[in-house]
Amino acid sequence: MGTNEVVGHSEQRWDAIAKVKGQAQFTGDFPFKNLLYGKILRSTIAHGRVESYDISEAEKVPGVVKILLPEDLPQNKYSTAGHPWTLIPEKQDIRDRTILTRDVRVYGDDIGAVIAKSELAAIKALEKIKVTYKEYPVYITPQQAMADDARRIHEERDNVLASSKVGFGDVDKSMAEADYIIRENLSTSVQQHVHMENQIAVAYQDADQRWTCVSSTQIPHICRRIIAQAVGVSWSKIRVKKPFIGGGFGNKQDAVVEPLVVAMSMACNGQPVQLALTREESIAYTRTRHAIDYNFAIGVKKDGTITAIDCDVISNQGGYASHGHAIGGKGGTFINAIYKMDSLRYTAKTVYTNIATAGAMRAYGMPQVVFALETVMDDAADKIGMDPIDFRMMNRRPDGFYNAMSNVKQINFKVGECLEKGRKEFEWDKKMAASKQYKTGVKRRGLGVAAFSFGTAVYPFGLEVAGARLILMPDGCFKLMLGSTEIGQGADTALSQMAAEAIGVPFKNIIRDSFTDTDIDPYDTGAYASRQSYVTGFAVKEAAEKIKAKILTRAAKMYDVRTEYIDIIDGNIIYMPDGERLATLEDIAMSSYFDMKDGKTITAYSSVNIHQTTYASGCTLAEVEVDMETGRVKLLSIMNVHDSGKIINPLIANGQVEGGMAMSIGYGLSEGIRYSKEGRPLNNNLLDYKLPTTMDLPKLEHAFVETDDPLGPFGNKSLGENPTVSPAPAIRNAVKNAIGIGINTLPLSPENVYEHIQAQQKGDVQNV
Amino acid sequence: MIQEIEFTLNGEAVTCAVDVRKSLLEMLREDFSLIGMKEGCSVGECGACSVLIDEQAVDSCIYLAVWVDGKSITTIEGITHTDGSLDNVQQAFIDAGAVQCGFCIPGMIISSSQFIKENPQPSRDEIRRALSGNMCRCTGYQKIIDAVELAVETK
Ligand code: FES
Ligand code: FES
Repeated sequence: MGTNEVVGHSEQRWDAIAKVKGQAQFTGDFPFKNLLYGKILRSTIAHGRVESYDISEAEKVPGVVKILLPEDLPQNKYSTAGHPWTLIPEKQDIRDRTILTRDVRVYGDDIGAVIAKSELAAIKALEKIKVTYKEYPVYITPQQAMADDARRIHEERDNVLASSKVGFGDVDKSMAEADYIIRENLSTSVQQHVHMENQIAVAYQDADQRWTCVSSTQIPHICRRIIAQAVGVSWSKIRVKKPFIGGGFGNKQDAVVEPLVVAMSMACNGQPVQLALTREESIAYTRTRHAIDYNFAIGVKKDGTITAIDCDVISNQGGYASHGHAIGGKGGTFINAIYKMDSLRYTAKTVYTNIATAGAMRAYGMPQVVFALETVMDDAADKIGMDPIDFRMMNRRPDGFYNAMSNVKQINFKVGECLEKGRKEFEWDKKMAASKQYKTGVKRRGLGVAAFSFGTAVYPFGLEVAGARLILMPDGCFKLMLGSTEIGQGADTALSQMAAEAIGVPFKNIIRDSFTDTDIDPYDTGAYASRQSYVTGFAVKEAAEKIKAKILTRAAKMYDVRTEYIDIIDGNIIYMPDGERLATLEDIAMSSYFDMKDGKTITAYSSVNIHQTTYASGCTLAEVEVDMETGRVKLLSIMNVHDSGKIINPLIANGQVEGGMAMSIGYGLSEGIRYSKEGRPLNNNLLDYKLPTTMDLPKLEHAFVETDDPLGPFGNKSLGENPTVSPAPAIRNAVKNAIGIGINTLPLSPENVYEHIQAQQKGDVQNV
Repeated sequence: MIQEIEFTLNGEAVTCAVDVRKSLLEMLREDFSLIGMKEGCSVGECGACSVLIDEQAVDSCIYLAVWVDGKSITTIEGITHTDGSLDNVQQAFIDAGAVQCGFCIPGMIISSSQFIKENPQPSRDEIRRALSGNMCRCTGYQKIIDAVELAVETK
């Protein structure tokens, strides 16, 4: 690819120096004159209606500027989900909320707000507001919310907010052909993103009388639209600026605070208002990973052939629709993507309840469905007495399989190679043999594996538009302007490498910006679906090719040579027939700015709409030791293997893999929000919500099956989310291999494992 | 209530009339415009706000500003050398690829710098223990631990 070979190298992230110096400015780090502070009044019940507010004492708190009740703000219904807008009404996200509400659907619902001159005054005032409620029954589980006598959480809609059924073949017939049917119930937990920077936004009226919102958002352009819809102004009246972001993982793909903070500034004549959530608010009252219940069956023949997969899904949406059924309804395609079967049925319901609203979270539904699939796959392999890797190998989809459910030809699909590489590099067979010594006694060891398939971006389900602009600067450097969003993952650096590669200049010649600004940067839908290196990659490539062509045209004229004989190599204009350097890029750039006769600056712009996708894949292998007396699972070793096409920047890619593995290890072993039966979150802080620390993780091993994907802009496919998919089920399978108990509820915390061990010892649990 | 305090901040003698209710983190960010330390929890759980007080790493969000009277404080801004060049710990974080979103990084560097001073030849397990009070959601800590090892080697 090119002559420059910037792509494929571990170039240093452009923002690394600022970040180690403490110089990188995040949303909370900008100075604003006369800044006001907003705070949200949160409900202390999970389901009901506010009958009255008494704000008389709160108003007297010195420094209070405004107390806002639901009626004081616009009443437009909107959705916080950060999907691109669609012109097809039935595909639009469910608009089921207003900025503030009297109708309480979750504990901590936004029922009012205070704006004050200091954060302390705002907090004091909050404490003095008295609220009386009419209380309704609280539904924690979808089963409760689906009961015949359950009350509607949203008046205008059934609690089952969506359902779907996909698949092919005759499942009942195929099941009848199986020698065994393995049918299991599984439940996943409520994981939270816990990005280190909480949600924060500042809004103010700018000199042009429009509204600017500086926000820690993954989706500036979409966020602009959501704010405009919520506050009821035309879209161009809103400008969103995203500075450095302290992690998002999907949570900042919902506009959770932005509509309110803009409405607050509007209520204060455009004075700047900051709305910063606390850690406790961020964990409990923003978004979560959907907890999903599966009834999952696999029909299998004695020789290992899968006849059918039958999966029934109930997804716990929480109080508001947000991304809704897009997550629970998603799994069928990816089950079909990875394994062969004669028939598949995938039925799914997404159900409102009164727990926190679930939304997008890294890998968007895949960790849940892969937990279910890989659990039952593993138990099926056990049932027929086959090695779990062999069982997956024999049933995997071949490279080039046409997936009729998504209309995608899975070119360059390498899950088999990942499993083979993992088996070898993890020393699976050796470790498995060694673990046989540890099947009795207090500490027992076992191994587990899980594999997955993964899409890249959202085509054909959603819009895939991205843009890029390049400006040639007088010294031969290029400003790269993107509407995509760097949120810590390294997208800016990877995209800059792509620009350098395609133009033919060193990496250092590309200049990025910490800001993405909807007024300035090209339209791009933002950071989600592991889409940017792919979709925005195409935009960068196109803009780079355009600017390169313009530069070469100008150089050809200046040096009186034919364009096809010259090229840009390492920042120089080279006459290719003999390799002579005709000029530096700076020479061309200076003339483009300052030549009296022919001076015309050189820029290029691209906007792409990508009508293709490519499937990535991978697997995890894990080795655990289980303490039979405490239920504690110690992860002895773990390895991820990824088929993600060409690796643009190995160091950054490795960092994505390690971070994703850590997140999934937490999912498997310790993380989950717990609720009281009244719907109150019980562990919304960093002591009680068990995020892995340095002490909780083993060495994170990983490998790539690297290929040049024939479709990717630079041979690449998705990677950012993929590592979060398979560690949790691999750990679950390893625990089963160690202790002979298959645990189908996440997380496998000491308590959960201990209870399963106890139950088995009492004979309550049917062993798988 | 306002109290006048004197202390050393990144090598410079300073005074401040500070609200006695303020945390050290708030004073540094608001009164001295030192924004390198971050607030990730404000209750001493995450370590994003770490600073050195008399050569001890402390969560500045749960340390009252007035308590630093007479003490010496180093923030991430004081780790960078006065000529603007990077300290070797900072350089090691870059070279090891330990930086992602960067929100935890100032706190990580503060904790690591002090730890290496106290334990110039640490094992990987000792590094893990030393950084167990600093949370990071992006990296899985692996490259952060690599960075500390690299900093030890390049000292
Ligand atoms: S902000 Fe101080 S420990 Fe989290
Ligand atoms: S780099 Fe993002 S929290 Fe550590």
